[in-house]
Amino acid sequence: MRLNCPLCGDRDLREFTYYGASVYADRPGEGWSDAWDDLLHLRDNPAGETTDLWYHELGCSAWIEVSRNTVTHAISATRLLAGRGKAPAKGAKA
Amino acid sequence: MRIEGKGLVDRSNPVGFRFDGRDYTGFQGDTLASALLASGVRVMGRSFKYHRPRGVMTAGSEEPNALVTVGRGAGQVPNVRATVQEIHSGLDARGQNAWPSVRFDVMEVNDLFAPFLGAGFYYKTFMWPRKFWESLYEPLIRRAAGLGALSRQHNDEHYEKAFAFCDLLVIGSGPAGLMAALTAGRAGADVILAEEDARMGGRLLAESHEVGGQPGADWAAGVLAELASMPNVRLMTRTTVTGAYDGGTFGALERVGLHLARPPMDLPRECFWRIVAKRAILAAGAHERPIAFANNDRPGVMMAGAVRAYVNRWGVAPGQTVAVFGNNDDAHRTVKDLVAAGIKVSALIDVREDAVAPQGVTLHAGARIVDAVGRNGLREVIVADRDGKIARIPCDCLAVSGGWNPVLHLACHMNGRPVWREDVAAFVPQPGMVPGLTVAGSANGTFSTQACLREGAEAASLALSELGRPEAKIAVPDAEDGAIQLRAYWEVPDPKHRAWLDFANDVTTKDVRLAAQENFRSVEHMKRYTTQGMAPDQGKSSNVAALAVLADATGRGIPETGITTFRPPYVPISVAALGAGGQGKGLAPQRLTTSHQASVARGAPMIEAGLWYRPSYFPRPKEATWRESCDREVRMVRERVGVCDVSTLGKIDIQGADVGRFLDLVYTNTFSTLKPGRVRYGLMLREDGIVMDDGTTACLGEGHYLMTTTTAAAGQVMRHLDFVAQAHCPGWDVHTISVTEQWAQFAVAGPLGRELLNTLLESPIDDAAIPFLGCGRVRVMGVEARLFRISFSGELGFEIAVPARYGAALYRDLVARAESLGGGAYGMEALNVLRIEKGFITHAEIHGRVTAFDIGLQGMVSAKKDCIGKAASERPGLTGAEREQLVGLKPVPASKPIGAGAHLFDEGAEPIRANDQGYVTSVCWSPTLNTHLGLAFLRNGRARQGSRVRLVDHLRGTDVVCEVVHPVFFDPEGGRARG
Amino acid sequence: MASLIEISPCDGLLPKIAGGMVLSELPFARVTSVAPFKGKTRALGAALKGMGLGWPGPGQSRQGKDAAILWSGMDQAFLIGPDPAPLQGLAALTDQSDGWARMRLKGPGAEAALARLVPLDLRADVFAEGQVARSGLNHMMLHICRSGPDAFDLMVFRSMAGSAVHELHQAMEAVAARTMIG
Repeated sequence: MRLNCPLCGDRDLREFTYYGASVYADRPGEGWSDAWDDLLHLRDNPAGETTDLWYHELGCSAWIEVSRNTVTHAISATRLLAGRGKAPAKGAKA
Repeated sequence: MRIEGKGLVDRSNPVGFRFDGRDYTGFQGDTLASALLASGVRVMGRSFKYHRPRGVMTAGSEEPNALVTVGRGAGQVPNVRATVQEIHSGLDARGQNAWPSVRFDVMEVNDLFAPFLGAGFYYKTFMWPRKFWESLYEPLIRRAAGLGALSRQHNDEHYEKAFAFCDLLVIGSGPAGLMAALTAGRAGADVILAEEDARMGGRLLAESHEVGGQPGADWAAGVLAELASMPNVRLMTRTTVTGAYDGGTFGALERVGLHLARPPMDLPRECFWRIVAKRAILAAGAHERPIAFANNDRPGVMMAGAVRAYVNRWGVAPGQTVAVFGNNDDAHRTVKDLVAAGIKVSALIDVREDAVAPQGVTLHAGARIVDAVGRNGLREVIVADRDGKIARIPCDCLAVSGGWNPVLHLACHMNGRPVWREDVAAFVPQPGMVPGLTVAGSANGTFSTQACLREGAEAASLALSELGRPEAKIAVPDAEDGAIQLRAYWEVPDPKHRAWLDFANDVTTKDVRLAAQENFRSVEHMKRYTTQGMAPDQGKSSNVAALAVLADATGRGIPETGITTFRPPYVPISVAALGAGGQGKGLAPQRLTTSHQASVARGAPMIEAGLWYRPSYFPRPKEATWRESCDREVRMVRERVGVCDVSTLGKIDIQGADVGRFLDLVYTNTFSTLKPGRVRYGLMLREDGIVMDDGTTACLGEGHYLMTTTTAAAGQVMRHLDFVAQAHCPGWDVHTISVTEQWAQFAVAGPLGRELLNTLLESPIDDAAIPFLGCGRVRVMGVEARLFRISFSGELGFEIAVPARYGAALYRDLVARAESLGGGAYGMEALNVLRIEKGFITHAEIHGRVTAFDIGLQGMVSAKKDCIGKAASERPGLTGAEREQLVGLKPVPASKPIGAGAHLFDEGAEPIRANDQGYVTSVCWSPTLNTHLGLAFLRNGRARQGSRVRLVDHLRGTDVVCEVVHPVFFDPEGGRARG
Repeated sequence: MASLIEISPCDGLLPKIAGGMVLSELPFARVTSVAPFKGKTRALGAALKGMGLGWPGPGQSRQGKDAAILWSGMDQAFLIGPDPAPLQGLAALTDQSDGWARMRLKGPGAEAALARLVPLDLRADVFAEGQVARSGLNHMMLHICRSGPDAFDLMVFRSMAGSAVHELHQAMEAVAARTMIG
């Protein structure tokens, strides 16, 4: 498997560390709530498009959002986690 | 025997080798199989279950019978296909799964019990009593049935792994592969042409066809010469592409040194390649398939294509009198080649009634073979003509052609399913099964040479246009262009005798029918019930025929029956190649501190801490045990001064205008109030409220901080900081970088610590200059250093850091000065005792299941601000009396040793799981307090201080009463560190 | 007054030679990590221009006289050689001079030897002279720069210098052995 790091380009899987679904980057507000419960404990398990987080650990140290298909293994977009909220890079999913 | 004037082996270069303890001679270019055939050796192996004598069947890596063990001692390799192994003067090969030899094997008795040994025999017979399975049945069965064995010794041989990148990977160098490589090579693309064989050319080497008006092998040689001259083309022979993976990645196994008698010392035996290709063309050819008939596994029964290969490529006559049996025109082609080579052909048996007799050879049209005779070598076949007349046909070799199965394995490795094509009676790949991969030639079900050449060129043109490269039009040379004429024919019906489908695993047509009868009707169930297709050859020659028999037995068509899943690897890969570089020290890098040599020189046993190596203790003369050294080192620190390398702790430099609020977010306590020159202890949680790590952070200047982590969690904390910065505060001015490796840092601990430092600092320090939890810059012997007043021992403690290039020198100097003050170096054991006496936690305590509340640090979770993990740490169940809380334990009496991992129970309670009250995390003998000590998590532990618990260690057989105390055993006021 | 002796990261380990390839330690140089403060990127670029350099984009480096700046990760670069004083206040500056073992692998098989350990496409038209990358040398963090047609400058953590040299030397020897069998 290969991932396209937005900074480094196409790289081998071994350079990356997998983290989990990209919702983990969305912290709910202060204080325990159902939203926190969902964040920590509930995950979709889609057969199809999913977005998850990878760390380019043996690389540039960027956290990357990867949109990929769990059925076909096709990777449709990768983008910097730090760039969320900014205009998506060319080819990235909105 | 050899045929004069035939073959591509180098007759001027004889090569000696050994097989089964006897010496033979072949020629340069021979495989073990071709050389043995030329020497008249017919039995090369014994079958898996029945131990029947077996001869070579094929001329390629699909060989199911001729499996041998190569080499002796630690590096011996089992299950090597004699058709793949090249001969060399150092070759020492043996038959396997036989005793004493493959020519005479006492286990042959198994064949007499064949009526009992059908599919499912083991399942049905060895059911009861159940406990006998592991202890008796399985070992017995394994000894009787099987393949070659490993040496069970450590193998020092060198294997390697490597990466390669290209625009186009061409798999296979037959007509399609060569045309593809040539087309792409001339267009300037980076091409890798991978060929499993030692010699490129594929079937062009084995057939008598002409290409472009010259012999096929000569045309191939011409193309190869041109490809070799191109700097953008990489030719990889002896390289089997074994798997197709995501993202255009392919695995490939290269046999680097297995064909050499005296390989250079550092040459690997094999290399496992990861090839990343933008586009790929699969031109791996096809496997000829056998026809099942009674005793079709006799030595001498071979595939017709293999017979032609031995004749045309190796100049070997596989027999003196050859009969040919087939359902297609390749049988006739075989007759032609044999006659041309001067080999006697006793008959052609063609299952097609309308077959036309070749010149000078008896034809049995519409006939079938009903038996093969000759246990240790074929003597005759018995033919039933279409009118039922029986004929006995003498032959010592039978060439069989049942049609061809495209080698489409790689195209199916990513879940693609092939489709059935009636006209060629074979499964063929569909387009797009592997992204970026095109299948060409006979791997695609295209069998004429002309069409293969054309498809190869077309596949390359397509790849070039997809790569955005201008196309180079290449004329496709003229070649044989006959359409395949075939009548699907899988087995000669015979309810009495065994007819083999899977030769490698001894699976017959009866076994498949039995599976169907017992309702294992799905092809995947049939496979598992009969083990068909599960041998080293993975059913290359048997899968399609087996499912055809299954289809017949279940009354379904072949497409509905379907085929089993193709999975990597295409050929067996030695684990040594997959794990290359991982033996011994290659398993993981070693991280050595700058004081490493000095520690080793002092005789300290080094222990692993993550990847780091740290000294356990420093033995001195007359100290008999580690405990004596450890006790002395603890007393040294408590009474004089000790020196310890703490460089392995993670150090992260953090700078920027927003670091204060960033640290407030990642730590539970407040850091934005930390002033330059001050150090603060901090606690970090995971987002789920569990403790992640602890450590100190120093403020070196305005907007400049130095965080320390534990040795174990350094990588995790760095990843976490990057995550928090990039996910939660991407707009903030925060910059992190590891400086763990930049600084050599040494703890100087003990009442004389300051005195020691003042002997080497350029400006002496006092309590005012560097107070407890203070830090500052100092100069030590001309070098700028950092000094921190922190203590992990509870004594007056400093940590001094210098750039790592000075580490070795400073450490030696510090230890020498400490020794002159009655102290010295201390290791991990003493460090651990010192911190347990003080109740300081490590990852033995913060092991991933404890909260700040559990370790009594709930007060450190600031109520005034948010932090990572705060919300979750407030969840019900993460605080309260039911939690296991950190306590100290003192055994009664104090001399009774206790062990970490022991569990705690109420006094008088039975020590069973239901009564469990907690567990011990750290223990030591405290020379300071003259007692064994333990840190433990005890249910509602803080409220139970002063009471007693029962400590039971079922593993070590310990059962001790302990007093529950505060976890800080020594100097609870902390006066010594502040002093 | 007594002074502290300096020891280089690859002390006693290098050079290693195999098949025309040489692995040697690069001479000591000041290495400073440079991470631009928010809003200072432009000013930092100008200051670097004043030093004959510039801010390198991902995978790039800038060479000056006795100075170089190599991209080294997200929003970060390594300044090699000069005193970083002119950049003070514009970027987070961190001394990294002692943190890395810096080596050069040079010779006809350098690319092939690295292909045994580094999962990067190092073909000259893809990874040209002056290009840099962060990647792995087997399991070790690696900073790599192509410094010539057949030369690469490598940086690994100082503590792992022994393991890195061992693995590189083994790869060099394996590549050299292949040239002996033709």
